[in-house]
This record gives sequence, C-alpha cells and structure tokens, in this order.
Amino acid sequence: MDYTLTEDQEQLRRLVEEFVARDVKPYWEKLGYEDFPWPLFRQLGDLGLAAIPFPAEYGGGGLDYSSYIVVLEDLSRLGSHLGSVLSVHGLPQLIINHFGTDAQKQKYLPAMARAELLGAFALTEPHAGSDAANINTRAELRGDKYILRGQKIWITHGGEADVYIVMAVTEKGKGAKGVSSFIVEKGTPGLAFGKRERPMGLPHHTREVFFEDCEIPRGNLIGREGDGFKVAMTALDSGRITVAATSIGTAQEAFDHALRYSTERRAFGQAISEFQGIQFMLADMAAAIEAARCVTRKAAWLRDRELPFNAIASMAKLLATDSAMKVTTDAVQIYGGYGTSEDYPVQALMRQAKIGQIVEGTNQIQRMIIARELLKKFKE
Amino acid sequence: MNIVVCLKQVPKKDSILRIGSDGKWIDERDISYEMSEADAYALEEALRQKEKHGGEVIVVSLGPERARQSIKEALAKGADRAIHLFDSVFDTATDSAAVARAISAALKDEKYDLILTGLQSDDYGFAQVGLIVAEQLGLPSATIVMEVQPEDSAVRVKRELESGWFQWVRLPMPALLTIQSGINQLRYATLKGIMAAKKKEIREVKAADIGLTSDDLKPGQVIERAYLPEKTKRTEFIEGKPAEAAAKLVEKLRFDARVI
Ligand SMILES: Cc1cc2nc3c(=O)[nH]c(=O)nc-3n(C[C@H](O)[C@H](O)[C@H](O)COP(=O)(O)OP(=O)(O)OC[C@H]3O[C@@H](n4cnc5c(N)ncnc54)[C@H](O)[C@@H]3O)c2cc1C
Repeated sequence: MDYTLTEDQEQLRRLVEEFVARDVKPYWEKLGYEDFPWPLFRQLGDLGLAAIPFPAEYGGGGLDYSSYIVVLEDLSRLGSHLGSVLSVHGLPQLIINHFGTDAQKQKYLPAMARAELLGAFALTEPHAGSDAANINTRAELRGDKYILRGQKIWITHGGEADVYIVMAVTEKGKGAKGVSSFIVEKGTPGLAFGKRERPMGLPHHTREVFFEDCEIPRGNLIGREGDGFKVAMTALDSGRITVAATSIGTAQEAFDHALRYSTERRAFGQAISEFQGIQFMLADMAAAIEAARCVTRKAAWLRDRELPFNAIASMAKLLATDSAMKVTTDAVQIYGGYGTSEDYPVQALMRQAKIGQIVEGTNQIQRMIIARELLKKFKE
Repeated sequence: MNIVVCLKQVPKKDSILRIGSDGKWIDERDISYEMSEADAYALEEALRQKEKHGGEVIVVSLGPERARQSIKEALAKGADRAIHLFDSVFDTATDSAAVARAISAALKDEKYDLILTGLQSDDYGFAQVGLIVAEQLGLPSATIVMEVQPEDSAVRVKRELESGWFQWVRLPMPALLTIQSGINQLRYATLKGIMAAKKKEIREVKAADIGLTSDDLKPGQVIERAYLPEKTKRTEFIEGKPAEAAAKLVEKLRFDARVI
C-alpha cells in the first residue's frame, strides 16, 4: 500500500482545493448555511465530482475509493457541509449502481452524476435509528403499484432531493428479512416533507419525510422483496469510509487553525505555542489525524481490491470521527474564549464533528460491527 | 491557430516563506507550488482562442521535476501537449535572458501564430522573459495585454496603460503577447480533463537536445541576498478628542498602513 498520492489524485486534490478557495468559501460567507447549496452542488457536477467512484458507462468518474476519499477530505476543509452532501448523494448512487436494473441505472445515474438530480437515503424513523431493522414504514403491493405509508426522520437532503431510496416493510414479522427498498421520486403524490431538524452546524441538512398513501410503480422496487436491509447495509458499509474522510477534512482544518493561532496568541510574554502543555495538545492532534487518515485509506484500499473491508470501514469511521471530535474540541481549547465565538471558525467544526460520531451508525454501533466480526469465527 | 503558452511554477501564494541557508533564495523545502497567476490567465486566453478559432495549445515550461504538476494541470484544463525543459543544466538559468534563450531554442521548430506569457512571474517578477523570447525569435510583441482579437494574419490587442488608460495595437502574426492577470475567468481542470491529460504528450527536453550548453545558460544577473522585509518600529501619537483622533487613525490605517 502506497501512502503517497498518485499524480491523478494530487491533481484532483488541487482541483478541490482551488474550488474550495475560489467558490465554496465565498459562497458560504455570502449566503450562510441556512439553505441547501444548490449552486455548489451543480458545480460539483460540472467538475465531474458528483459520481467519482461510479462507472463511466453511466456518467461517473470511474475512479476508486482511494481517489474518492482524497476529494471528500479536501471538500470538507471548511466544515462537513459539502463533504456530507457528496457522501450522502453517493448512497443512492451506490445502491442503484449495485442493485438496480439497467433501466433504473440509465434513468438515474447519469443525471445524478451531472448533479441534475440530488439523491437521499431514507432509513431512520422516529422509533428506529440504531435498531434499523425495526422500522415501521409499510409498502404494500396493489396491482402494479406499491403503496407506501409511514414516516422517516433525519433524512439528509429531505425536501431538496429528487431521488429517495426508501426502506420499508413488505412483510411484517420477518424483521430485517421483511424490509425492501424502493426508489421514490420527488413530486410523487403522497410524498410530503416535515420540518427541518436543524442539526448543529448543519442547519440546511435534514428533514422529516412522510409517505401518505404514496403510490409508486412496481418497477421502483430495488432488487427483490426482502433485500432492503441488505441493500441499506451495503450502502452504509462503503458510506462509512466517506464519513471518515469527511471528518478528517474538518479535523485537519481545525488543527491548521489551532496551529497557526498558537504561534500568534501570546500569554505570559510568549507565544502560547511555546508552552509544552499546548505543544503536547498539538502533537496529539496531529498524531490522531494521521492515524485516522491511515486507517481510512486502508479501508478504501481494501475496498478497491475487492477484499473484505467492513470491519476496517467501521474502524475508520469510529477512529476518524472520534479523532475529529477530540481534535476540534482541543482546537477550541487552544483558541480559549475566542474559540467559543461564532466569529472564529473552530466552534462550528467542533459541533459538526459531533454529528460524525452519530450518523451512518453511531460509534457504539460501529463497535458492535467490529466486535461481531472479531467474534464471528468462534460461533458456529 | 496554434498558440504556445509559457508557464512557470512558483511557490503558492499563501506559503510561509523562509530564507534558505545560503541566504540567496527561499528555502524550497516544505512549500507547495502552483502555476504563476498571470501565466494561468495566459493559458486561459489561449484555450479560449482555441475554442473560437481551432488549432493547438502547446505549453512550455522550464523547471525542475515538480513543474510537471503545473504542466499536467495545463493539459487537464485543455492544452494539447507540453514541452518540459527539464535538465540540471537549466538550474543555472536563473535570470530572464538565460530562461528566454532556452525557451526560444525549444520553440525553434514549432509552428505557432501566437506565444502568450504571463505579464510577470509571481516570484522574481522581472516581466522580461516574454520580451526577450520575442526578440530572440524576431517576433513583434505587446505587453500588459487585456484583450486579444485575432484577425486574419494579424492580432489586435488592448494594452493597459497608466491611470485607467488603454491602448489598442495591431501586430502581424506570429506575435508574442504578455498577458495581464484577471483578463478572463479561469476555468477549473475537471475530473474528465485530469483523466484525459494522462494521454497527452509531455516532451522532456534537455539542453543538449536544443543545442545549448551550460555556457549558453550562464546568468548575466545573480541574486546576492534574499531577505524578508525588515521591520522598523515607529510610534506616532494622535492628539485630539477621541472622535477626531479615531477619524485620523482610520485615515492612517486606510491610506498609510493600508490594512483596512
Ligand atoms: C445530521 C444527521 C443526518 C442524518 N442523515 C440521515 C439520512 O440521510 N438517512 C437516514 O436514514 N438517517 C439519517 N440520520 C439518522 C442517523 O442515522 C441516526 O440518528 C443514527 O443512526 C442513530 O439513531 P437514533 O438517533 O435513533 O439513536 P438511537 O438509536 O436511539 O440511539 C441512542 C443512543 O443509544 C445508543 N445505542 C443504541 N443501540 C445500542 C446498542 N445496541 N448498544 C450500545 N448503544 C446503543 C446509540 O449509540 C446512541 O448513543 C441522520 C442523523 C443526523 C444527526
């Protein structure tokens, strides 16, 4: 495994760095975070970055995860906003690409790659988050249509997205095996949106989604009935690598701010970077970021070689988001009182870091996945 | 229309610069590099002219191995092929005349209608290489170019003069133009462009390939000492009522210190 970036990856990284400095930063400064950043999303499409790891045949970039995470990390330098957009947009793309029929692929993937259509992934419900197999949204086959009834919550891009992959129960009492997944398009009668949940640091991000006798064509089923849970988990296995990469970008940003600030801020007659107490914090932060990046790249590397990567992906998500939490918290500490001010960048990064520890499987759930993998061989 | 663009790789604008141990230039370790800004505009202008009039955009860069990155970026943005003057013999070519000699020699067998360079580089800032290349190749040239309008065998260009004045000049082609920053909107290299660039030619040229020896590349000018701006301290007391003193202070900050 090579730790240096390839020439192409370095070029991609530079492209993203330039995009962030030239367009993303001024955009946020001017317009704030209240609304979904449509112009930036469309621009990702123009740059060819809205479908990096999906086949060129369907308009994707045709690159590997090792390249994809380089982009995600740098796209998340100013905070996880845009990195999350790309990472969540990737879940429905992955599902359609992996499990969809050719007709489904043709219909959605090229338009999603061009960022003409925005995707969303709807699994979580008010009473089923970590325990995702326990969802209540129902899908009933009636003639050549499925009728969906139920409620989702915390859906990233809810209300904004054009294409929703929705997990719903087709056979009650069978738990995970009774779940199926469907494509629901925005504008379908019965698809309704509730209020924004306004997660901290990402106010534009999520919304409740309702299905009120929402009728969709039978052809919108993905795979077979009963595949839904497997479909969702397959997407999340890879999604975790992208959450890790996004967290590393925010952690690196917080660290860079803190490092520079520590050389500028003076106390007791010297720069605070001269104090060993601050130096040790900086050293731990840098080490945590480096370690997280290494394990995340290993997860991507294994995935690119079609080797088992689930446990490592969970480790990457766990370590990267926990590191990001620690690093961003310490960055606020290094800034002292100024760190808590909304006029300074680090507090927002800290609040977003917390979200990383919760989404796409809380870090408790990641530990469960890792432990299950570890103990597997002792079970019959 | 075939257009040659000369580009130079320079330290990134936000780099933290330190003086090297020889005291003659910056310490080049630990800094990243980018295409010099005016050169990026020259490249953009060339790509736009190519989109309008067809032809080929050829990039020429003299620099160490790392310069390949900026060359690749130019190819990713749409340049067709590149010439990389890459040889330890070129290391001594640190003044404009020596660099220009190498570039002119490399272009001897190329067919072009225009050569575009940036107005000046972000590091040395001599603003000379383009003009000397023109002289050596016997081409007409125009500097500080803001607009380029080719017409048949000539090109009309708008030059920037002092205090908001401009001048239109007509030059027969082939010609050399030095391009001012900000004359167009720079494009990004897209993912597709980056992938397409892999198949484009980067011809590495050594001094011997273009008939040059280290004698030809001796600089006529050397940097004696590089140093960071030396800070001087001066304290000035502003008298008067707080409101008046504040107004004076704002004026000084705005027009003398230029920090607001
Ligand atoms: C910003 C944001 C965006 C989101 N986007 C999406 C999206 O696009 N699509 C989507 O479907 N969902 C999305 N979610 C939902 C997210 O996936 C869930 O919040 C997450 O899975 C946790 O579920 P929960 O909130 O119901 O917590 P719960 O499951 O109620 O968990 C509460 C606490 O109990 C712990 N816990 C639960 N079970 C166990 C156990 N067995 N062992 C130990 N501890 C346990 C959890 O770790 C947690 O600390 C998003 C959430 C946020 C905050």
